[in-house]
Amino acid sequence: MDREKVIALSKLARVDISQEEAENLAGEFEAILGYVGEVKQAYKGEDMGTPQSDMALKNILREDAEPHESGLYTKNLLAQAPETEGEYIKVKKILG
Amino acid sequence: MIDLNSLTISSAREALKARKFSARELMEASIQTIKDKDSDIHAFLEVFEDALGLADEADKKIKEGVDLPLLGVPIALKDNMLVSGHKVSAGSKILENFTAPIDSTAVRKLKDAGAIIIGRTNMDEFAMGSSTENSSYGPTKNPIDPTRVPGGSSGGSAAAVASGMVIGALGSDTGGSIRQPAAFCGLVGLKPTYGRVSRSGLIAYGSSLDQIGPLVKTVSDAEILYDVLKGQDPMDSTTIGDQSYPKKKDFKKIIGVPRSFVESEGVSPEIKKNFQETEKRFRDLGYEVRDIELEHLRFSLSVYYIVALAESSSNLARFDGVKYGLHVDGDNGIDDYFKTRGAGFGQEVRRRIILGTYVLSSGYYDEYYNTALKVRKLITDEFRKVFMEVDLILTPTTPTSAWKMGEKSTSPLEMYLEDIFTVPANTTGCPAISLPSGHEEINQIKLPLGIELTADLGREDNLLKAGKEFLGEK
Repeated sequence: MDREKVIALSKLARVDISQEEAENLAGEFEAILGYVGEVKQAYKGEDMGTPQSDMALKNILREDAEPHESGLYTKNLLAQAPETEGEYIKVKKILG
Repeated sequence: MIDLNSLTISSAREALKARKFSARELMEASIQTIKDKDSDIHAFLEVFEDALGLADEADKKIKEGVDLPLLGVPIALKDNMLVSGHKVSAGSKILENFTAPIDSTAVRKLKDAGAIIIGRTNMDEFAMGSSTENSSYGPTKNPIDPTRVPGGSSGGSAAAVASGMVIGALGSDTGGSIRQPAAFCGLVGLKPTYGRVSRSGLIAYGSSLDQIGPLVKTVSDAEILYDVLKGQDPMDSTTIGDQSYPKKKDFKKIIGVPRSFVESEGVSPEIKKNFQETEKRFRDLGYEVRDIELEHLRFSLSVYYIVALAESSSNLARFDGVKYGLHVDGDNGIDDYFKTRGAGFGQEVRRRIILGTYVLSSGYYDEYYNTALKVRKLITDEFRKVFMEVDLILTPTTPTSAWKMGEKSTSPLEMYLEDIFTVPANTTGCPAISLPSGHEEINQIKLPLGIELTADLGREDNLLKAGKEFLGEK
């Protein structure tokens, strides 16, 4: 792990960081990955089935019915948006 | 004024019913204690202005003879649960001016049970931390020794209860964030089975790990809040019902101790001594305490961090400066993302998102994330097997007592290692409770210590039973 790699990762994560922070993170990541990488010793290729397969957890789906009244939350939700125009959230132009 | 230190949720409810004091007087006592103490502790980010008015409404209902489990009881909330019309920030600058458009299910259930939300408590940003030092709004201090941390990430909730500002609070627990601050502040903290309490309206961190639970003074109080909060919810597809994990066996008072894990390096001598005393106390209460082997347990911290990092990087992708929250203007659309997220997220959040991106990247996905999921299954299977033999697993809650502010903030790995005993419950989904078990005296200050009981999936009843016996509650 080095500074350039951390910068590349921060780009993928869409987070601006300084060169200095990237330098520090590179050292910390080495230590953290060295520790958590121990999981590789634990797994010896056993057939596990689907991870978590025996858990009782099943996704519950709501009926696709009885929607709430249209526009009920629109005002409150739009009030949280940094920029709006009419009943739309406004963003910068994406296509040239 | 009412002394909140000697009051519990159950005793407050008795007193309210008997009209020994009113809900308004109880609320005023909380607000006054916050005014007196919180400039030193910083447990609260905000006390809600509507709290007193709601106490008056509760008094009206009490007069009408209405009886609800939490009627007139002020409850503090960790700053990651939505209360309609109130600000909620997850301790982050990126949500500094965000107002919740809905109630979280947990809050709706509290309100339905008559509770009054008094305000929101401080936390590590997005629940990422074990000390509440990572809040964007400054750290919370431990009320027992203000030079020390209260634990985290629900440190504000723990400090609020431990200092007598409120008699009950909710936290969330992704890797120990309820149980560890409970231990550091001398409280009871319960993390229910994964899926037991709805997370609808909880700001997500690690979605396969997160659970909401109570921070209180007694096991009976934990039970009152747990009974109010639990239940299947159409708004959270991962919630479970009472029959999801059928009871396989009766409670036989058998406790298992993963001996090599408890004796491991890094566990302080005081914790080890307190643990021996705890074992003896359980034996004296008629419990059988036996050693157990959990071969893969020592990998649970690694598994936990890989999963939590991965899930956090994915969950926090929603903060883009477009739909809500902070927006920092850049040169173009994508530059808006970089600038908003770079400025809005604190250092620990940036660290975890970037590392999470790494363990999920195509070149390393199998090596880290996929392997972690497989080892997670190994650990879970081992736990389920052990629970065929024992009712409970006993460990310390933490390897040390509360540390000094700033002591571990320079080494993230050292901070992560503090979660060694609490993460297995999140990794496996099992319910776990931290109980106050004694003190370690440093400079004439008695720092609280905690022990942790873990039960099989869906067996909160065993935790509550043993917890009450351990603390001598009826």
